[in-house]
Amino acid sequence: MEDKFIYFDHASTTPVKPEVLEAMLPYFTHKFGNASSIYSIGRESKKAIEEARDKVAAAIGAQPREIFFTGSGSESDNWAIKGVAYSNKSKGNHIITTAIEHHAVLHTCQYLESDGFEVTYLPVDENGLITAEQVRAAIKPTTILITVMFANNEIGTIQPIAEIGSIAREKGIYFHTDAVQAIGNIDIKVNDMNIDLLSLSAHKFYGPKGVGALYVRKGVKLASYLHGGAQERGRRASTENIAGIVGMGKAIELASANIEAYNKKLVDLRDRTIDEITKKVPFIKLNGDRNKRLPGNVNFSFQYIEGESLLLMLDLKGIAASSGSACTSGSLDPSHVLLAIGLPHEIAHGSLRITFGEQNTHQDVDYLMEVLPMIVGRLREMSPLYEALANKA
Amino acid sequence: MYSDKVMDHFMNPRNVGEIENADGVGQVGNAKCGDIMKMYLKIEDNIITDAKFKTFGCGAAVATSSMATELVVGKTVDEALMITNKAVAEALDGLPPVKMHCSNLAEEAIRAALEDYKKKNGLLDSSTESTACSRRCDDIHHHLEEED
Repeated sequence: MEDKFIYFDHASTTPVKPEVLEAMLPYFTHKFGNASSIYSIGRESKKAIEEARDKVAAAIGAQPREIFFTGSGSESDNWAIKGVAYSNKSKGNHIITTAIEHHAVLHTCQYLESDGFEVTYLPVDENGLITAEQVRAAIKPTTILITVMFANNEIGTIQPIAEIGSIAREKGIYFHTDAVQAIGNIDIKVNDMNIDLLSLSAHKFYGPKGVGALYVRKGVKLASYLHGGAQERGRRASTENIAGIVGMGKAIELASANIEAYNKKLVDLRDRTIDEITKKVPFIKLNGDRNKRLPGNVNFSFQYIEGESLLLMLDLKGIAASSGSACTSGSLDPSHVLLAIGLPHEIAHGSLRITFGEQNTHQDVDYLMEVLPMIVGRLREMSPLYEALANKA
Repeated sequence: MYSDKVMDHFMNPRNVGEIENADGVGQVGNAKCGDIMKMYLKIEDNIITDAKFKTFGCGAAVATSSMATELVVGKTVDEALMITNKAVAEALDGLPPVKMHCSNLAEEAIRAALEDYKKKNGLLDSSTESTACSRRCDDIHHHLEEED
C-alpha cells in the first residue's frame, strides 16, 4: 500500500477550502440563531444568508432576489423542471432536453412523462454536442421548457448555451440550465446567455456538501417546491442551512475572483494529460469534444479493459479517479452519456475520467503517466479481448 | 467493498495466461455486459492438472477467475463440475451482492471448459449442453431491480 494520495475526481466533489470552513464555523456554534427569529443572533443569521445571496447573485450577474438556496444541485434541478412544468401546464406540456443530462434532470423528466408531460430527448453527436438548430427544430406550440446542461459531468462537453438561450427567448420559452459542473470553472452571466433558471451546487467549487442554489429570473412562473415556513420568500420552506449557505457564498466569491487563473491552470494540466495519454497508450479514444470541454476534464476509453479494474489498480497506486463503467455505477449498463455519444458497450465499460482541481500539479500528471500505461498494459495482458486482437495481428 | 481475499486475487491473480494445446477451453460472458472469462484446462487421466485464465472485467470478475483456477486444479472432471458459484464466492470470503453474477461467470467458465474437453473426447452427453450466458444481461438486470 502506498501513502501517496492524488485526487483526480473534482467533478465528483471538491474539498472545502480553509477560508470557506473558517467562514462557516461560527454558524455551527455561537452564531447558531434561527434566521426567522427576531433577536440578535437570529438577525445575524438572516444577515449572513443575505450576504451569501448577494455573492451568488454577483457571481452569475443576477439580482439577489433571483437566488434561492436549496439543499443540492439535484434539488435545484428537480425544482426548476417540475416547478416550471406544473406552473405552466395551461400553456403546454412539452419539454425539450438532451440525452446526456445528469440523472437529476433525466429522471425528473421521466417522472413528468409518467404524469402526462411530453419530453423530447435531443440526441448528441459523437462528441456529446447538440446544436441550437436541433433545439429550434424540436420546439412545438406546446413547448414550455428547454433544459440543457451547461457542461457534461462525464465527458466535459460544453453546450452552445448562449445560442440556445437566444432561441428560447425569441420563442418565449423558459430556459433552464444545470450548471453544476460549470460554475467555478467557467464565467457565466445569466443575462448574456438568456438563461431563465440555473442550478448550482456548492461542493463542486470548494464549498460544503448539502447546499445548492437555483437562480430564477424575475417573472418566471415557478411553483414553490417545499411547502411550510416562509423561508426563501415562501418558495422553499425549511430552516436554512446557514453554515452551508455562508460557505457557498464564500466559495463562489473565491472562485469568481480566481476564475481566469484557475481555468488556465486546469486547461494546462488537461491538455498535457490528453496529449501524453494519446501518445503513450495505444487503442484509446478521447471522449467528448477536444476543445469545447470543461477545463479540468479528461475522459478516455481504453479498449479491451474494464473501468472498475482500472480504478482499483489506480487506487492501489494512490490515485482517485472515476469511470463510466457499469461496475462502478451500481447498475450493469455503462454510462448513458457514453452510450449516447455512440460508444459500443464494451468500449464504454473501459472509460476513465480524470478531473483536475486546485491541488493538482504537473508532478501529479508525471506520476499518472508513470503508472497508467503500466496498469493498462497489465490489464490488457489479462484480457481475452486483447489476446484475440494479438492473435489476429 | 471487497474482502481482502478478493483484493489479493485481483492484485495478484493466480494462473493468468493461456495453455497451449489445452484439453478444454471455455469462454463465457460478453463484452456488452462488461465481462468475459476464458478458461484453459490441462486434463490428464480425468484429473485437472493445470488451469489458466484470461478475463476482461471488474475486480470481482478477475478475482473469481483466479480463485476458480485454484479450485479446479487437482480435481477430477466430475468433481470440478460440482463447483458452484457459491463455493467460488465463499472461497473469496464473499462478494458484494451486486457482484455475485461474477461468481456465476466463474462457474460457467469451468463448465464451458469441461464441456469442450468432453466434446473433444467424445464424452459429451447431449442432454447437458450448456446454455451458459445466453440471457445473462437480462438476468442480472432483473436481479438488480430486486436488490433495490
